[in-house]
Formats: sequence, structure tokens, C-alpha cells
Amino acid sequence: MNAIIVSALLGVIMMFSSWYVKGERTQKTIALIGLVVLMVANLSQMNGWYVVNYDTKSMLIFSRFGLYANTLFFGLTFIYIWINGEEISKIGNHAADFYALFFFMLCGVSVLTSFDNLLMLFIGIEILSIPLYILTGSDKKSLFSNEAAIKYFLMGSFSTGILLLGITFIYGATGSFHLRVPQTGIKYEQFMTSAGLILIFAAMNFKVSAAPFHFWTPDVYDGAPTVFTSFMATIAKAAGFIAFITIFQTQYKALGYSWGLILPFVIISTLLVGNVTAVFQRSVKRMLAYSSIAQAGFMLFALYGTSTLANEGILLYMVVYSLASIGVFAVLIKMKENSIEAFHGLGKTHPLLAFLTTVFLCSLAGIPITGGFFAKYYMINSILLAGAGLWLVIVAMVFATISVYYYFKVIQAMYFVEGHPAIMELDKSYTYKLSVIAILLLILGVFPSLLFNYLYF
Amino acid sequence: MANNIALATTLVILGLSILVAVKGAVDYNQPWILILNTRFLLHTDGLAKILILLTGISFPAILFATTQNQPKQKNIFLSLLLFTQSGLMGVFLAGDALLFYFFWELALIPVYFLSSIWGGEKRVAVTFKFFIYTFLGSLLMLVGIILLYIHTSEQNFLISSLMHASLTPVQQATAFVLFFLAFAIKMPLFPFHTWQPDAYEQSPTAVTMVLSAVMVKMGLYGVIRWLLPLFPLAAKTNALFIVSLSIVGVLYASFIAIRQDDIKRLIAYSSIAHIGLMNAALFTQNQIGLQGVLIQLFSHGINVLGLWMVADIIEQQTGIRSMKQMGGLAKAQPTLAILLVGFALANIALPLTNAFVGEFLIFNSLFQFNIWAAAFAGVSVVLSAIYTLNMIQKVAYGELSTPMQAMNTPNKNAQIVLIILLVIVFVTGVFPQPLFNLTADSLQQIIIK
Repeated sequence: MNAIIVSALLGVIMMFSSWYVKGERTQKTIALIGLVVLMVANLSQMNGWYVVNYDTKSMLIFSRFGLYANTLFFGLTFIYIWINGEEISKIGNHAADFYALFFFMLCGVSVLTSFDNLLMLFIGIEILSIPLYILTGSDKKSLFSNEAAIKYFLMGSFSTGILLLGITFIYGATGSFHLRVPQTGIKYEQFMTSAGLILIFAAMNFKVSAAPFHFWTPDVYDGAPTVFTSFMATIAKAAGFIAFITIFQTQYKALGYSWGLILPFVIISTLLVGNVTAVFQRSVKRMLAYSSIAQAGFMLFALYGTSTLANEGILLYMVVYSLASIGVFAVLIKMKENSIEAFHGLGKTHPLLAFLTTVFLCSLAGIPITGGFFAKYYMINSILLAGAGLWLVIVAMVFATISVYYYFKVIQAMYFVEGHPAIMELDKSYTYKLSVIAILLLILGVFPSLLFNYLYF
Repeated sequence: MANNIALATTLVILGLSILVAVKGAVDYNQPWILILNTRFLLHTDGLAKILILLTGISFPAILFATTQNQPKQKNIFLSLLLFTQSGLMGVFLAGDALLFYFFWELALIPVYFLSSIWGGEKRVAVTFKFFIYTFLGSLLMLVGIILLYIHTSEQNFLISSLMHASLTPVQQATAFVLFFLAFAIKMPLFPFHTWQPDAYEQSPTAVTMVLSAVMVKMGLYGVIRWLLPLFPLAAKTNALFIVSLSIVGVLYASFIAIRQDDIKRLIAYSSIAHIGLMNAALFTQNQIGLQGVLIQLFSHGINVLGLWMVADIIEQQTGIRSMKQMGGLAKAQPTLAILLVGFALANIALPLTNAFVGEFLIFNSLFQFNIWAAAFAGVSVVLSAIYTLNMIQKVAYGELSTPMQAMNTPNKNAQIVLIILLVIVFVTGVFPQPLFNLTADSLQQIIIK
């Protein structure tokens, strides 16, 4: 509850801050302080202290898992703004507006991690999505950005419509908006529930860009300003996953056998589309868009079963994936162009930056001693424990190998090809900020359990 | 400077390896990732000792012999080499499956960078193929490890718990295939070998030596340490198939080796043949065969190291690898020719050389397993004599060719290393008992309930 209230308040404060604070640096500092406040507010709720003790019964439910996920999202946003603040202020006229949008989105995220009612799910998704549409079109003078925004908006609205339709079906079947463990009732009722759940499933797949609902992803990620792509592909997507899992870890039983067909189909097609298409991209930004589809395929593993391992795994996966993606996008922002040729020879001219990029890419590929390895490990472990088909895991591993191919293309371009990288002037501090991410990834790669200690104690 | 530091480090490691081999078991056992119940468990037994000894000897030898012709950015090159060594040592020491996987990958990544940056003309593509290939194998192995892990009663990765994992027959067969693919790619076994000759040819020499002397042993080590104890039943049922596959591979590689003109590719294919033979002997699941392989792991490492070094000296000085253009080494550089002949004889496994001891036991086990297997494998000995002697004839004897005339005496370091290696070849060939003693305890543990 604290997080929802405080983030909404901070959003409003940020919006008006551009009246009385002019410097963009100061605005960034305010945003960062705001995030710390938000984190403190959220953590204090974890320890039983409330800003307003309001009865949210049957609307919101605050589990330790959800609250902890909140904390992680705030932390990730902190790192994101800390690194990308200067870049955000280059886009548009009022950086404070964007920060305000981030806080509103975090409000949506906090709703998504704690909803107990399908209406709250709908509200959370809308709060999260509308700022995303705005961010996509924030580069007003670029046609691509405009095109991406309109595409995203139209398709996003359509998928929200499907979500609502699904919710309506469930309401029709059960007479309530609550998420309950389904009972074996009347046949007709069962049918309505399953139809509703499948519609919700499709809409959620759209939100997390899983195939076959992924078609918006490459164009939107490519068209949006790179800084905001970075946010969309990481924190916004991960929040969608938390909601996705919350619904289906309790509801999948209602789908019965068809769940065992639908989910593998979505996972395999997501992995296939993401990985295979990424191989053929010449633009690194587009490659990362497809790779984010591919990574969603791995995160979908957490939908199998309700083991604690799946919950821990999705937290680890989203943190590690977000950190690594924020890192890679932050490097990409400093490139003059998005093509892979821009990276040629980066290893010679900027050894530290190239090394950090290597760490990020290795983590995305799931190479040991980076966090990505244990993220993938947890996913495989949880899916095998849930008793899913071994074949699914093996197919996924083949796709993971394909992913190594396109991630390492960038590493090859940096180290093994002679040339001059098309890179802008870099502050030393920028590289040092990125090395913080790399260090975090390496720490999580050796001691992943550090992340979970707070989940339980 | 960088050279000396690296060399000193590897010498210290060599000292430690010898200490471990002589003194006996070392155990380090600490909890690692509590939630997963993994342990940072390092454990030595005979199998580990002999491979640690091989790794310990190989690295200083390689560094010492190649000091003169090391590439630019020497410090990074050397540090990556040392990383490789630590990964290899970890693989051979790990007693916990997840830790094993961890080191398995750790040994691969520095090699990827070493070969891609400092290798030959086609280095990037070739190394990438190698990397992707082995990475696929190791990911499949990871799935296998997890599959075993979730079926253990203790929920940990220790080999003793994995052994008692309660799997259905289908699961055991699948896990067996998953492990086996990883090891077969690494060895490399016949249909999975295509990365190897290219990678050996294109890698910088020091890396090629590491790859062929030590790294391919990871595959065989994996079979002995993990595959056979974990899946005795699946190994037994598939034994005939795998032995046949190995022997087909041995013959295939030998025939190709006969047709090679490039000396490096010849050594590469000959190495595939030898590894295939060892793998065949392992799957006979016979104590004698296992003993032979344990000896041969060490011997093959030493022999192939010597062959690479000689080939490298020739290539460094004359710039040629084609054996047609060589000839008359015995006239130009008699010492080098003698050394080459020594290692070549060991490659054929002539009596008095170290390889004889191992291969004799290997053939013995194959003979007990299946007489046809032994017969076909026996052909490979003839073939190996053909291509090795052919190489000697072309390189060492015959008319003194123009490029060979220009050869100088190889530098002192390389000579010293080669002589030491040749001494090891003959000493362990004549008196292999210390190696037997070293590995004795493994035999009891691993095989064959």
C-alpha cells in the first residue's frame, strides 16, 4: 500500500517540480531521492509500518513476495535513472515529465505485484501501459518514434480489450472478479472460465511480448528512443511477468489439459521467433528487441507450477536480465549508429567499456560466473521439478545455444574485427557507473542466494 | 617480465601438483550456494591426480617452449592461459556436479578469446564453431545434472547422491544421452569431431597444445568420473553401440590422417584416433581397459605435446606446414629430427614408449569385450604406423628441401623441454609402475559393480 500511495504522490511532485526547479541535474537528483524514499516506504511496509492503514481487503493483497519484487523494481529503476539520467534529459523539453511518468509506472507496477482482484489487474496494466505509449512517442520529431507509438497504442488498446473480455467471461462464470482456486462446478461454468482465462492469457502474452503476440515488439523497441526501450524491455516487461505468474500459478488448473498444450506452444514459438530472428539482424537495437522476446520465452518457464523455486527464479531472472539489458542499452545509447559495425574495434579503443559489454552479453547468454547462468539454471530446475516435459528443456537449451551466436557476434565485433568504433565522447564516470552493474552481475553469478535472503527473513 | 611471472606461477602449480600426486588426497569442502545445497568440494583421487599432474607439467612446458614467439599483448595472452589452467584444474578436482559444470565452462571461455584474438587467418569463424558446439554440449549436460539432482533423496549435487538418484529407465537413458553428448563433443568422438581439426589448425600454438594435450582429456575424464558411475546400466546397454562408434571414428580419423599433407592436421586427426580408442576401452567397462586409459590419458598428453612442439618449431622457422615441401630435417637439424622420431614412435605406441603400456591394456580390454572390436581397432594400429612413419619419411628424411636448409638450431628452451618430455616418454614406457600406483585407488572406486 505504501508504495502505491508514495509513488503516485511522487509522480505528482515530479510533474510540478519543473516549475520550481530548473536544472535537469537537480530533477534527476530529486527523482533518485524519490526512488530511495519509495524504497524505504516499501521496505517499511514489509516490516509492518503503514503510511495509511487502509482496508484493501479483496482488492489488493500484500505478500512478502510481491513487496520484495516491488523493492527490486525500485532498485532497478534507481540504477536505470542513475545511469541514463543525462540521456533522458536530451529527449523532449521537460525531463521532469518523464520522471513523473516513471513514478506513475512504478505505481502501476506496485498494483501489479499485489492485485487480488481482476479489476485491479486491469487498472495496474493500464497505469503501466499508458505512460509506455507516451514514452515510445516522446521523440516527437522522429517519424519512427511516432509510428512506433501509434502502433503500440493501437495494438496495446486492442489487447487490453481482449483482457477485459476475458475478465468479463470470468465474471459471467463465477459472479465475481476474484482470483479463486477454481472448483469443479457446472460444465457450462467451467467452459466460460476457461474461455476467459485463455483470453487473459493471450492479453498477458501481448504485454510480455511472447509469440505469437509479439509482432509489435521489434518495431516499437526499434522506434522508441533507446533510453526508453531500455526501460520497456526490462522493468515494464518484468512487472508484466509478475502479474502473469500471479494469475496463472493459481488458475492454470481450470484450464486442465489444454494448459499443457498452450503453454509449451507459446514457450517454443517465443523461443523460436526470438532467437532465430535475432540471428539475422544487422542492427544491434533490433537484435536486442528480438533477444528480449527470446528471454521472455525463458521467463515463461516460471508459469509451470507453483514451486518456490519458480518464484525465486523469476525474481533472479528479471533482476539479472534487467541489469544486463540496461547495461547493453546504455552502451548502445553512446553509439552513433545502431548497426553492429559501430562496435568494430571497441575492444582496442575502449577496453573497459568493451569488457563490461562482454559481461552484459555473457549474462544475457547465460554463461557461468555471470548472473544469467543461475537465472537460466533456476528456470530449468523449476520446470523440471514441476514435471514438465524434458523435451521442452532440451529444445530450450538448443535455442539458448543459438542465442550465444548472436550475443557473441557483438563480442566478436568488439574484439576480433579491426576498425574504428562509432562511439560518442564518453565521461569516465559513465563507464564506472556501468561497471557497478557488471559487478552486481558477477556477484549474482557466484552467490545468487544473496538476492533471496531478504525474501524470507 | 610477464613471461617470467607466468612461468613461475605455473612452476609453483607444477610443484603443488607433484606434491598432491605424491602426498595423497587433498580435500576442500565448504558450502557454496546454500539454497541449492551445493558444496565447493575439491577432491583428489588417482584419476584426478594423474590429470592434475598432466596439467601441471603441460603448462610450464608450453610456456617455456614458446617464450620466444609469443604474440603482442603478451600479458593478456598469458593471463587468459592461466585462467584456462585454473578452469582445467577445477574440472579435474570438482566433486560436486554443479561446481564441475561451472569449471567446465570456465575452462572454455578463455580459450575462446585466446584463439579468436591470436589465432590464424580463419580464427574467428573456426573458434566460434568450436565454442557454440561445446556450449551446446555443456548446456545439455546441465539439463542432465539438474534432472539427476531433483531426483536425489538428499537434494544435493554430490556424486554419491547423484549415483543413487531414483530415475525411471527412460529418464536414466535421457540423462545418459545428455551427459554423453557433452563429453563426446569435447573429446571429440567421431560424428561430433568436425570442430577439432580446424580449431587446432587456427589456434595459436600454445593454445593448440593446451587443447590437444589437456583439454580433450576433459571429455574422457567426464566419462570416467561422471558417466560410468552415474549410469552403469545405460552404459552397459549402449556399450556395443558406443564402442562401435568409437572404433568407426578411429578408423575414419586414421584414414583421413593418411591423406593429410598438412602436418598440423595430421597430428589433429591422429589425436582424434587415439582419443576414440580410449573411449572405446572405457565403454568396455573392464578394469584392465580402465587402467590402460588412465595411463594413456597421461601418455597421450605428453606425446602430443612433443609432436606439436616439433611441428611448431618447423613452422616458426620455415613458415610451411605442407609435408611435401619439407624433407631432410635429419640433415639440417639432426637433434630435432631425433626428437621428432622419438615422439612419432611413441605415437605409434612402440614398445619401450609410454603409449605402449596404455594401448596394450586397451587392446586387451577390447579383446575381452568383443573380438571384432579388437580386430578393427587393431587395424588402426597399422594405420597409425602408416601415417606416422609416412610423416617421418617426408619430414626427416629425403632430399634436403630449400625451406629446410634455412633452419637454425631451435632455441635452447624448446630443446630442453622436448628432451624432458622425451625422457618422460621413455621412463614411463619402461617403468610405468609409479603411474599404476598413482591410479590404483581410482580403479577400485569407479569400476564396476
